[in-house]
Amino acid sequence: MLVDRRRLERSLLPVASVLLAFVVGAVLIVIQGKNPGLAAKAIYNGAFNGSEAFGRTLEKATPLILAGVAVIVGLKAGLFNIGAQGQLVFGSITAAYVGYRLKLPTAIHIPFTLLVGAVTGAGVGALAGFLKATRNVHEVISTIMLNTIIANLTDWLAGEAWQMKGQAVSRTPPIQPTARIGRIFDFPLGFPLAVAIAFAVWFLISRTTVGFRMNTVGANKHAAHYAGMSVAKTTVLAMGISGGLAGLGGAIETQGVVGHFEPLSGGNLGFDGITIALLARVSPRAAIPSAMLIGALRASNTKLQADAGLSPEIIDGVLGIILLFVAAPVIIRWVLRRRNAEPGEQVQLTTGWGS
Amino acid sequence: MKLSRSSLRVVVAIAVILLVAFAMYNLWDPLKTRAVLGFAVRYSIPLMLAALCAIVCERSGIVNIGIEGQMLASAFSGFFVASALGVWIGIAAALITGVLTGMFLALCAVRWRIDQIIAGTVINTLAFGFTSFFYQQGKTLKGGLPEWHIPLLNKIPLIGPVLFQRGPIAYTAMLAVFVMHVALFRTRWGLRTRAVGEHPSAADTVGVSVERLRYINTSLAGLFAGLAGAFIAIESAGTFQRSMTSGRGFLALAIMIMGRWRPLFAAASALFFGLMSGITNQLQFDKVVDIPAQFVSMTPYILTIVVLAVFAGRVRPPAAAGTAYVKE
Repeated sequence: MLVDRRRLERSLLPVASVLLAFVVGAVLIVIQGKNPGLAAKAIYNGAFNGSEAFGRTLEKATPLILAGVAVIVGLKAGLFNIGAQGQLVFGSITAAYVGYRLKLPTAIHIPFTLLVGAVTGAGVGALAGFLKATRNVHEVISTIMLNTIIANLTDWLAGEAWQMKGQAVSRTPPIQPTARIGRIFDFPLGFPLAVAIAFAVWFLISRTTVGFRMNTVGANKHAAHYAGMSVAKTTVLAMGISGGLAGLGGAIETQGVVGHFEPLSGGNLGFDGITIALLARVSPRAAIPSAMLIGALRASNTKLQADAGLSPEIIDGVLGIILLFVAAPVIIRWVLRRRNAEPGEQVQLTTGWGS
Repeated sequence: MKLSRSSLRVVVAIAVILLVAFAMYNLWDPLKTRAVLGFAVRYSIPLMLAALCAIVCERSGIVNIGIEGQMLASAFSGFFVASALGVWIGIAAALITGVLTGMFLALCAVRWRIDQIIAGTVINTLAFGFTSFFYQQGKTLKGGLPEWHIPLLNKIPLIGPVLFQRGPIAYTAMLAVFVMHVALFRTRWGLRTRAVGEHPSAADTVGVSVERLRYINTSLAGLFAGLAGAFIAIESAGTFQRSMTSGRGFLALAIMIMGRWRPLFAAASALFFGLMSGITNQLQFDKVVDIPAQFVSMTPYILTIVVLAVFAGRVRPPAAAGTAYVKE
């Protein structure tokens, strides 16, 4: 009985976090002198009302699932991949390049483009993992630096080397129709792919030797080393997989939504991945509903602006508050008048720059 | 006075910088050299301040990756208060914001024992979200900060105009580097702080309150982050833009590591970063090397990775940084 109540409480926490964050968001809206009721209606209309709106939610959720799962894979191995953003952007521009440059039949073009996005993202992630494993460079710093480097690099690629001819703005040419991932009615076909991959990652982490190694290294790298596991290899592999998932998310975004690459077309997808990972309590399967929630908020962006007169940055504010509440369950417990945090409830990383 | 090995390295570092400066002075015309050095100092001031914040936190055992957010929030509050009530009150607002965000980190890390890297990420995310949401266009500063010329010192050729014709925040930063270096290594507070960061249970045994000291230090270190934000928005740019700190809070962490958690070394590292950026900028501006602007703005970040790849394996951080202290 006791165990069941605890489990219930644990699954209640993320829900309570989100609800409370909405309350705070409503207060912010009132402070700005706007109507939170209109905002709620705008979110409903923008994200759920009708197949077009819901399709948009799924479309936004697709790369978010992958970004969230990418961060989760890192966290399992005790690595905090803040670079999901850069890896995702890099995957989306290389996918755009392969997508417009090559002429292939659809059956090859789509999977090949996805693969290129995933592999290039994995390369960036593995580089950070390699620096960590061999040169002791903390992944938080290296991936943040790589984010900025990639932002500049892609800006140059889209504005110079791979720029669409006769364009004043920075953007690549549109990808070939053979590389596009379409939709059936309003249902984006990338979505089931992302869901399948989230399940595959869950299987990898909880049912395979590789996953066991990552979990062990994440829990205690000295014990892992003592047990004969290669901490260095596992670190590179985990960062590689993490970057690959983020890169795949970028490729799907290019092939399924944007159709070309332009700087900032990906927005903050990679950083939303962090919020999703923590909201999902570092569970790959729970990343799916978490990503759908944030996807719904992102999908209602334009409606919020048009119908409720709000600046779309309100979403960033609310997401920050969600992150705060899921990272600090203490606050929710205080609001719900519950005490006794249980050990292992909070995400614990191997912090410090040295270890 | 016997020079210890560490102060010797500072001397060497400064000598190298001066040498480079002298070489540039002879190779180029003095105007350009002055421009490059001026850029280097301007660029390094917020990095020095942010690195001081990072050093005080980590020496006390708290990893602070929220500096970026602290700076951004301070730049935001500093600028908008300054545009309404004047620059000095703006700086005060930035300082208060820095302390409040520092207190929040301390609350997360010390009281709630949340993972410190995640706590820092929360600060960054919240700062980005709120400053974007409440951002208003079209505000301007009523008047800038004064530029103070230090008599005599500003007459030194080359160095004088670069270092001693600056605004109040820049001088505070230069002074703070020396003060904090002495404070960390020569005072009772410094000894206690380092003890709390290296071996909290030992510090606890001799009667130092680990949690209280971490709380106070992390909060007050926010002053430096706040000042860095004020420098960026009020003294340097004179405006606020969304995410205008552009990753400099993270650069500061690399500078802290490169400076081996010592204020003077960190300041030298910051100057090194500034000099490198200044030189690349000037080279590109003069079309000496024809590289796209994006690659120029990439340099400090590539440099950070290279520097860390060289240094990070060889330096030792405070042993207890990143771990919550649980009294037994």
